[in-house]
Amino acid sequence: MQVTMTVNGEQVTRDVEGRLLLVHFLRDHLALTGTHWGCDTSNCGACAVWLDGEPVKACTVLAAMAGGHEVRTVEGLEQFGELDSIQRGFMHCHGLQCGFCTPGMLMTARALLDRNPSPSEPEIREAISGQICRCTGYASIVRSVQWAAAEEAGTRTSADVGSPP
Amino acid sequence: MSFSKLARETTHSFSKLARETTQRFVDNDLTPMGHGRMLRKEDPRFIRGKGRFIDDLQLPGMLHLAILRAPIAHGRIVSVDVSAAEAHPKVKLVVTGAMLAERGLAWMPTLSNDMQAVLATDKVRFQGQEVAFVVAEDRYAARDALELIDVEYEQLPAVVNVRAALDPSSPVIRDDLEGKTDNHCFDWETGDKAATDAVFARADVVVRQDMVYPRVHPAPLETCGAVADYDAVDGTLTLWSTTQAPHAHRTLYAVVAGLPEHNIRVISPDIGGGFGNKVPIYPGYICAIVGSLLTGKPVKWTEDRAENLTSTAFARDYIMHGEIAATRDGKILAIRTNVLADHGAFNGVAAPTKYPAGFFGVFTGSYDIQAAYCTMTAVFTNKAPGGVAYSCSFRITEAVYLVERLVDCLADELKMDPVELRLKNLLRPEQFPYTTKTGWVYDSGNYEPTLREALRIADYAALRREQEDKRARGELMGIGVSFFTEAVGAGPRKDMDILGLGMADGAELRVHPTGTAVLRVSCQTQGQGHETTFAQIVAEEIGIPPADIKVVHGDTDQTPFGLGTYGSRSTAVSGAAAALVARKVRDKARLIASAMLEVSVADLQWDKGYFHVAGDPAKSVTIQDVAMRAHGAGDLPEGIEGGLEAQICYNPENLTNPHGAYICVVDVDPGTAVVTVRRFIAVDDCGVRINPMIIEGQVHGGLTDGVGMALMEILAFDEGGNCLGGSLMDYLIPTALEVPDWETGFTVTPSPHHPIGAKGVGESATVGSPPAVVNAVLDALKPYGLRHVDMPLTPSRLWEAMNGNPQPPI
Ligand code: FES
Ligand code: FES
Repeated sequence: MQVTMTVNGEQVTRDVEGRLLLVHFLRDHLALTGTHWGCDTSNCGACAVWLDGEPVKACTVLAAMAGGHEVRTVEGLEQFGELDSIQRGFMHCHGLQCGFCTPGMLMTARALLDRNPSPSEPEIREAISGQICRCTGYASIVRSVQWAAAEEAGTRTSADVGSPP
Repeated sequence: MSFSKLARETTHSFSKLARETTQRFVDNDLTPMGHGRMLRKEDPRFIRGKGRFIDDLQLPGMLHLAILRAPIAHGRIVSVDVSAAEAHPKVKLVVTGAMLAERGLAWMPTLSNDMQAVLATDKVRFQGQEVAFVVAEDRYAARDALELIDVEYEQLPAVVNVRAALDPSSPVIRDDLEGKTDNHCFDWETGDKAATDAVFARADVVVRQDMVYPRVHPAPLETCGAVADYDAVDGTLTLWSTTQAPHAHRTLYAVVAGLPEHNIRVISPDIGGGFGNKVPIYPGYICAIVGSLLTGKPVKWTEDRAENLTSTAFARDYIMHGEIAATRDGKILAIRTNVLADHGAFNGVAAPTKYPAGFFGVFTGSYDIQAAYCTMTAVFTNKAPGGVAYSCSFRITEAVYLVERLVDCLADELKMDPVELRLKNLLRPEQFPYTTKTGWVYDSGNYEPTLREALRIADYAALRREQEDKRARGELMGIGVSFFTEAVGAGPRKDMDILGLGMADGAELRVHPTGTAVLRVSCQTQGQGHETTFAQIVAEEIGIPPADIKVVHGDTDQTPFGLGTYGSRSTAVSGAAAALVARKVRDKARLIASAMLEVSVADLQWDKGYFHVAGDPAKSVTIQDVAMRAHGAGDLPEGIEGGLEAQICYNPENLTNPHGAYICVVDVDPGTAVVTVRRFIAVDDCGVRINPMIIEGQVHGGLTDGVGMALMEILAFDEGGNCLGGSLMDYLIPTALEVPDWETGFTVTPSPHHPIGAKGVGESATVGSPPAVVNAVLDALKPYGLRHVDMPLTPSRLWEAMNGNPQPPI
């Protein structure tokens, strides 16, 4: 079947099988390999993308279901060569190690900040609780999101909210 | 203007431009040279979704491979019918064990010199074992075709329990081994039995405790996979694979597949976490290679999560009986233990050859004792093979858990505070280097300040007061302490090898004419940040800024030989190699500098980045000047070759011994038995620290693993050998809601033999944290009179224990 959707602002049309998952559509058909896959059961969140502005797990959505909708992936975070503050927050606060969960974490965190510009620590933890990170122990991800929130509020005072040197 | 000057100026402005550009992208406002908190060089690609993981690879004409796995744990293969699968229009190839056997490829060696089936020929020996594979045009078609393969099994009784496995009446799992009539895998012992028994016989107090370290799984977020690309024209095989040890794998492929080693290139690109899971060679890698050999096309294999959890390497699975002897006033005298080790269907332990039980011999922990003894029996069962070090140095996690639980049991018996008991028995600084009663040499340590720092951060006394108040109100709060000594950085090669390959690491450093450099290391990163840390090590030694040093790793064609990244050995071994190769380059640079400045070498002073004439700092040359001179026109001093590069192979003198003191604070809900980890204080001593940000991150990750193992992670099996942890719905991993904000601290006891005094740290927290959590929970449950409950402390298991009915986990 033919499906047409907007991905990171660009309209794409492809012939796909009806059963094709959105995560595989993005990765195998559009070569947008930033969206990862990590489980069979919709538990890990490595595949999180936006569908019409809301984070979804792309392993739980058929490509066909995304037809006519807008998808945004990690590749769409950087705008005009400028990193999103959430991306910079993750770098500054060591919010990633192997980087495999990172795209999903970034998309969820960006969505959180869009609806809640100054989330509390429990709110951040709640927002990313559908996602697994096996490397960071989450504390630095929480700090990364706080860094971005402070950056966007213009209240960031130091480059680093993580550990001092 | 001379060519070299012109070249230098233009490249300098190029590299300035390049640096400004990267800086803009990197947004890196903290780039200290050498040791220090520096943002990671690898992050810019990951935060853009531009990492290059195995499954991201798309090669022209690439086909997809899927593996058919055994649905039962034990059964004889009666027949395999692949005709329907072969008839599938998108299928290119179907391969069974029998077909591999014709080519002599049905079996492969494990890392412990056992043999493991690539595809089963005679029997299946664990649920999830590889039986056949399909290569098809796309990943969905390959999976469809698996459904079309018809395998008939004659089911055999599954051997699941280790004790039952040793019963003479038990079915023999490994009838492939000639003359094998039982399920015994190996026996092992360490320490002095007679001396230990003598100490026990005259001790005031002996405490005994059975405890189980359940089977768990490293479960990196990226599952295992490979892309094999065999070029029939020039006979070369390129294998991208999720491997923590690309060089060792290459040698094994050469041996197994009979391909010349120089024609094999193993590339480990970005890896989504390893934690020991990606140390072994899996049948899937061999299948991908065979698939590419037979189709002439690149072949990709990506396992799904169920395959990862049920068939790739597990960790732990030790049933331990521990005994600790002490005086009445709390001086620990001796430790004795007996272990039953479940190795699954094939012995796949990943540990140095001479150490079938890994480094479990360090079970004497951090204490000054008189004697120790351990016996172990390892057993085959109908479970997946493995026995890897899940974020630890070869079974040290099990050893530390045993001793730290025993010490708490002893404290309970003596009615002593567990901190006081530990303080009384910790090794003292003047005892280092210390040889343990089981023969391990701890290179250095200064334990008491580390424990005191943890107590200070935690405000231990206040916590105990709070606990007393809460107990009076019927609330369950617990404080758990653990102290550990890790032993990381295998080699030395005289004692340590994997299948005959010595555990030493190569490194090569090339300084280019314009003064930028490339470091090539044999280890490989799965998230540890080597591209940053190793650049910092070299920067410190040679004065070239980290931004100007590229670290190349994970490609056997591009890097010198070495044994890879696991057991926290990267900084301890490859990091030492990086420092020493930089010093070798600096030594050569010094000779050239002396000629440039026309003074003798003895009159030169090195001042991170430049040489100057002693007493005349104005007369100086930078390392970049020397680099250009080394490659440029004009004469070099007599006997000096052009170029500025060096290569070494570093053989560590000893293991390095990081240590740490951990304190965990939990609340247990008396109504639901739910454990909340409220605080966790981790003070780590990993010697000289290179990048504190990265170290802290490694500690955080390990603590999360530890909480996971203590509270939720277990690979359990039912009586039929069905794995009950085959998905992330069943195999529970902590999310952000189950772990607290970590509180970390540090002390520094440099390693005396490591060139920069560093020690490994990547896995310390995984090793040290599980006993702290369990000790905390049992401390909370003091009112219930419980001395021990086996992990994982899930609400239901804890509830049963609180109600007088504790259940073993396996
Ligand atoms: S791949 Fe795990 S939740 Fe989508
Ligand atoms: S950074 Fe590795 S899984 Fe999160």
